[in-house]
Amino acid sequence: MDAFTTHTGTAAPLRRSAVDTDQIIPAEYLKRITRTGFEDGLFVAWRTNEPDFVLNQPQYADATVLVAGPDFGTGSSREHACWALLDGGFRVVISSRFADIFKNNSTKSGLLTVVLPQADVEALWQAVEADPTTPVTVDLQARTVTYGDTTVPFEVDEYTRWRLLEGLDDVGLTERHLADIETFEAQRPSWLPRALPALPA
Amino acid sequence: MPKTLAEKVYDAHVVRSAAGEPDLLYIDLHLVHEVTSPQAFDGLRAAGRRVRRPDLTMATEDHNVPTLEVLKPIADPVSRAQVEALRRNAAEFGIRLAPMGDRDQGIVHVIGPQLGLTQPGLTIVCGDSHTSTHGAFGALAFGIGTSEVEHVLATQTLPQYRPKQMAVTVEGELPEGVSSKDVILAVIAKIGTNGAAGHVIEYRGSAIEALSMEARMTICNMSIEAGARAGMIAPDETTFAYLQGRPHAPQGADWDAAVAYWRTLRTDEGAVFDTEVVIDATELSPFVTWGTNPGQGLPLTERVPDPADLADDNERRAAEQALAYMGLTPGTPLREIEVDTVFLGSCTNGRIEDLRTAAELLRGKRIDANTRMLVVPGSIGVKAQAEAEGLDRVFTEAGAEWRGAGCSMCLGMNPDQLKPGERSASTSNRNFQGRQGKGGRTHLVSPSVAAATALTGRLTAPADLAETVLATRPTTPTGV
Ligand code: SF4
Repeated sequence: MDAFTTHTGTAAPLRRSAVDTDQIIPAEYLKRITRTGFEDGLFVAWRTNEPDFVLNQPQYADATVLVAGPDFGTGSSREHACWALLDGGFRVVISSRFADIFKNNSTKSGLLTVVLPQADVEALWQAVEADPTTPVTVDLQARTVTYGDTTVPFEVDEYTRWRLLEGLDDVGLTERHLADIETFEAQRPSWLPRALPALPA
Repeated sequence: MPKTLAEKVYDAHVVRSAAGEPDLLYIDLHLVHEVTSPQAFDGLRAAGRRVRRPDLTMATEDHNVPTLEVLKPIADPVSRAQVEALRRNAAEFGIRLAPMGDRDQGIVHVIGPQLGLTQPGLTIVCGDSHTSTHGAFGALAFGIGTSEVEHVLATQTLPQYRPKQMAVTVEGELPEGVSSKDVILAVIAKIGTNGAAGHVIEYRGSAIEALSMEARMTICNMSIEAGARAGMIAPDETTFAYLQGRPHAPQGADWDAAVAYWRTLRTDEGAVFDTEVVIDATELSPFVTWGTNPGQGLPLTERVPDPADLADDNERRAAEQALAYMGLTPGTPLREIEVDTVFLGSCTNGRIEDLRTAAELLRGKRIDANTRMLVVPGSIGVKAQAEAEGLDRVFTEAGAEWRGAGCSMCLGMNPDQLKPGERSASTSNRNFQGRQGKGGRTHLVSPSVAAATALTGRLTAPADLAETVLATRPTTPTGV
């Protein structure tokens, strides 16, 4: 996973709420077994069927920050949604509320999700609609989003912030606690189910 | 300190906890399917890691599998490659796999309970958001992404933060013709499509206690549609009776030890929930969604809502976008909406009781001539059981299609899809845009509403059938 410290880019205003992961990337793209190359599926239905969809507008074509309505990333657990956003050039998604699994996945794949109050999202929408070239800086060190003269703070838990700043692999971190895992396993009751061997019906 | 059911299960699985860090939670059962796992196995290979506990891991093929000609190789080369990747990975890492055609194959959330692998008090994960289904047994079960799948494969643990606790209490007796699907659709409509974010929901109250295990699974299944991390129901005699004798359920003295432990898995008197929701079961009626997220639902007796009546900007815009996509006009009675396809199946409602309920309504009748009905059992086991009971013939004699087991039209990764503009009444869990096929329009319903709708060709509650001539239409035997 790439480390994330600070990012500056232009932003696309996605004025939709409850954007589910089926919209971010439909199921047919999930048949692939790779971890990259999902940009063609990103919001593909909206990009295909709605000529004025925000990402079809040339002024937002190079945006790297997505500013979405509340409840972004609901539905399916597909991490492909994060991969597609990254492959499509986005490094940050801002929303007033994310779905849990999407948010979790984002922290594992190096996509920064930033929660701002809806009023701040509204102000940011207005700013980037008035001037799509407005640079937006998302600083994970300082925990701030800055555009024009405006700086708004955001919250992120310390542990996740540290992991993202360092670009650390979770599995590697957990493997340091192998002894704890072994101790735990030793006291599990013997009657707990095992999938192996397969037992007859 | 008094604890909730979810807190008890969570606390019993904390391997390590340290200030300023997430807890490390042990995972008792890891279910795997072909769609969200290939990149995780690649990650293991790249890092030279093994699967830590193949014996606590079980894989199945469900999302891509065709429901016709199931014994032939999959025609779609991309789907086939994905299923073949799972077969290679399972073989290489020593994981049990139920492949297409295997007696244990089926939708991952149907086979776990069917095999008795799903048990009270376990932590269960799967790279699939509907893992919440298994919470019906009093397990803490939740969906994870592919990076987390890799993490569990490698370490059998997951870093987790303690979830918030929500109680959804449903008291009273459900009226005739109202099912657990209607309960959960009403709950989601009430709290919103992400209203339970950050929470584990515990469903409780007399209406929940009266439900069968399969009906409880339908409720827990759709917890994610309210945004919850997981949904749980305290295990009771119904749970134990369902489990006893299943292949992987404990036996003999182990059974007694297990049941003694399972009986402790109840929320303590005085435990505190962060959020509480109360529903009066006696007020519920058959529910249906009108929009493009599962929170956009209403009783079937209502009309398509008018976005202009919504005060909140975001909600109004969402309703306008939903109605435009669904091709619906505000004010239209929901019962006048005509459908092209009825889909009975999925991990929400593809179990034997669901099939029995629908078959009972269809027995001796013919579905509407302009409506297609697909019946897709949730697993090979369910299919075999239904066939032993003669349900397959009830469906085919009514003019419905009896298919092989899998996810099918729930998400259309196989050839079972809606065409652009086609409208379905579906017993699945998601009415998202394009979910059942590009441009397809989905109305989520219960199995009995699905069957009644198939008979009339428009959204219909079973109680409405008595009023229609269709109910008295003579049976026309055909050669299907
Ligand atoms: S039936 Fe539908 S919701 Fe359930 S696992 Fe399959 S695709 Fe997912």
